[in-house]
Amino acid sequence: MTSLEAHGLSKRFGERVAVHNVSFRLDRGEVLAIIGPNGAGKTTLLSMLAGGLEPSEGELKLPPAGAVGWVPQQTAVYSKLSVAENLRLFARLEGIADTDAAVERMLEQTGLSARAGDEVGRLSGGNRQRVNIAIGLISEPAVLLLDEPASSLDPRQRARLWEFINDRVRAGTSVAFATHDIAEAERYAGQLLVLADGEMLFAGPPAGLGAAEHESDLERAFVAFLAERGH
Amino acid sequence: MTALPALLGKDLRILRRSPVLVALLIVYPVAIAVLIGLALSSSPARPRVAFLNEIPPSQATIQLGSQQIDTTRYERELFQAIQPVPVGSVAAAIADVRDGSTIAALIIPPQLPEQLASAAQTAYVQVIYNGNAINQALVQSAIESKLAQANALLATQLSHVADSYIDLLLSGGELHFLGATYDVLGLERARTALAAIEGSLPRASPLRQRIAAVENFAQIAVSHLGGSKKVIGAVAAPIAVRQRVVSGARTPLNDYAVAVAVAVSLMFVCILLASGMLALEREENTLGRLRRGLVSAGLLLSEKGILAAVLGVAVSFAMLCGIGLFVPLGWGRAGFWLLAMAGGGLAFAALGVAIGALVHEVRAASLLALLVSLPLVFLALVPSASVSAGLYDVIRVISAVFPFKAALEALDAAINQSQPSLGIALAHLAALIAGFGALSRIALRP
Repeated sequence: MTSLEAHGLSKRFGERVAVHNVSFRLDRGEVLAIIGPNGAGKTTLLSMLAGGLEPSEGELKLPPAGAVGWVPQQTAVYSKLSVAENLRLFARLEGIADTDAAVERMLEQTGLSARAGDEVGRLSGGNRQRVNIAIGLISEPAVLLLDEPASSLDPRQRARLWEFINDRVRAGTSVAFATHDIAEAERYAGQLLVLADGEMLFAGPPAGLGAAEHESDLERAFVAFLAERGH
Repeated sequence: MTALPALLGKDLRILRRSPVLVALLIVYPVAIAVLIGLALSSSPARPRVAFLNEIPPSQATIQLGSQQIDTTRYERELFQAIQPVPVGSVAAAIADVRDGSTIAALIIPPQLPEQLASAAQTAYVQVIYNGNAINQALVQSAIESKLAQANALLATQLSHVADSYIDLLLSGGELHFLGATYDVLGLERARTALAAIEGSLPRASPLRQRIAAVENFAQIAVSHLGGSKKVIGAVAAPIAVRQRVVSGARTPLNDYAVAVAVAVSLMFVCILLASGMLALEREENTLGRLRRGLVSAGLLLSEKGILAAVLGVAVSFAMLCGIGLFVPLGWGRAGFWLLAMAGGGLAFAALGVAIGALVHEVRAASLLALLVSLPLVFLALVPSASVSAGLYDVIRVISAVFPFKAALEALDAAINQSQPSLGIALAHLAALIAGFGALSRIALRP
């Protein structure tokens, strides 16, 4: 069952083309990694999928409002509010009927129950990112979009984060995430989407990219793939 | 519409957890209210001036004709404008001014009564200044103003002396001079005597024609000297002021100062809060999260504007109540105060959100808010006569496109019932709210 579908998606900022003619499909319970060099258009593409940016061209089929969860690269939380207050605020803004139950559920799932009353500004970077992700998940979205979710985390925190995300995936949530970490993409994603200068250069399983370059190491295959195409 | 109360609740919580900001919001209006109240209710401070009166006490009263002039009276007048610090010599007076213990010295020389009594030469007092330009201007203005009053009083006294001499010359009488008394005939009695002599002479007498010429001169002198008394009276007080206000109610300076103080407080609180709270959404990266369908731009901007305006009005109203403890205010017009504050607060908040939408950090927003608002206050308070007509037109245009002048007019109308009316000022503010609201929406577009 398809959760999200994009056809010929483009975004221009004045004369500059940030994303050009991107098409892909994300099925229920599937994980898609969007990889590419800096300035490739990964964040712009995710922002369009999240509803924060209007596409200049193309068609986007999204689940109903509230069914897309968004976790931006920088933690987007109020540092003067407590963990529970942040979750409650976004639960109310998402229009969730039983906000207290939703907050309790997310505190439990993210393992932050003991820190519920702490101001977010006093939490470690890893815990702040967990709050960031919990806000993205509070409406129990069918699709979760994450922009470099593990970039500020240490290996142990990263493992716990992916453990948590994979629990959601097993429950049927579709996940699309942007990353610079090719190993992370290979480990957790079933599908890869390679962007460079806004152009979609590859869409398929990670093994397909390695096979195309006759290279078992995905990072080397990725670098060679980009080099062959002038990036 | 659950989003608006949720956002307001969130922002109030954030404010509550910013103790420095909250303390500033409370301390600032209280401090300003107390300072303005004390400044308006207490009499102005008089500059300290070293004072040396070299006139011997026995010569403090001057005899001018039949009039006695007490010079200590003018001394008392002068002491209303300055705080005299008595000194014993000119050197001590100069030393006091040099070391800064006084900002000026006023020296009355011993020959002053003699110069005044002579009525033929100008009498001088000596003033020595020190301190910065503002201090000098203050003391100079105070001394010159009181000396001008003393000169006017002396001129009146001298005109009375001149009047008595003219009367003596016209009608005759006794003149006391250097201990002797002289009987003065007077022009009128001289003319009568001459007429009698002329009548007693034979018709053909050659003296009749010569006496008639003198008698005629006496008649002309009587007529013109009588008129000269009016001229002397006019010289004593050549110009008198009669005041009339041609349009609207004139606001006394003290009451206008209250309106200015309230407008400045309202402006700072509203602009700083609105710009800061919106910039905080960018700084915390939550703007993107809110704007992806959770909250519309209009609702977000309105929420920040309403929050800043409500808090600004509360702070300003508290401040006005504080000033009211020192200065009499028309409490019956409190409803109009709140209306003017609401209009001004919303307009300042609209400017604040426009600033907040343009920048990405709270610090930058606060700095920009201060940089924008402070010159607006100065421009709005520039008097029309102090700059050229062209420059004043430019200032008027700038003041019209920012909310301070309109808010000040609204508050002045509400507090002091001045012109233009509260309705006109509120309509001006409404137009500015719409303009800055539109600008904010453009600035907030992704």
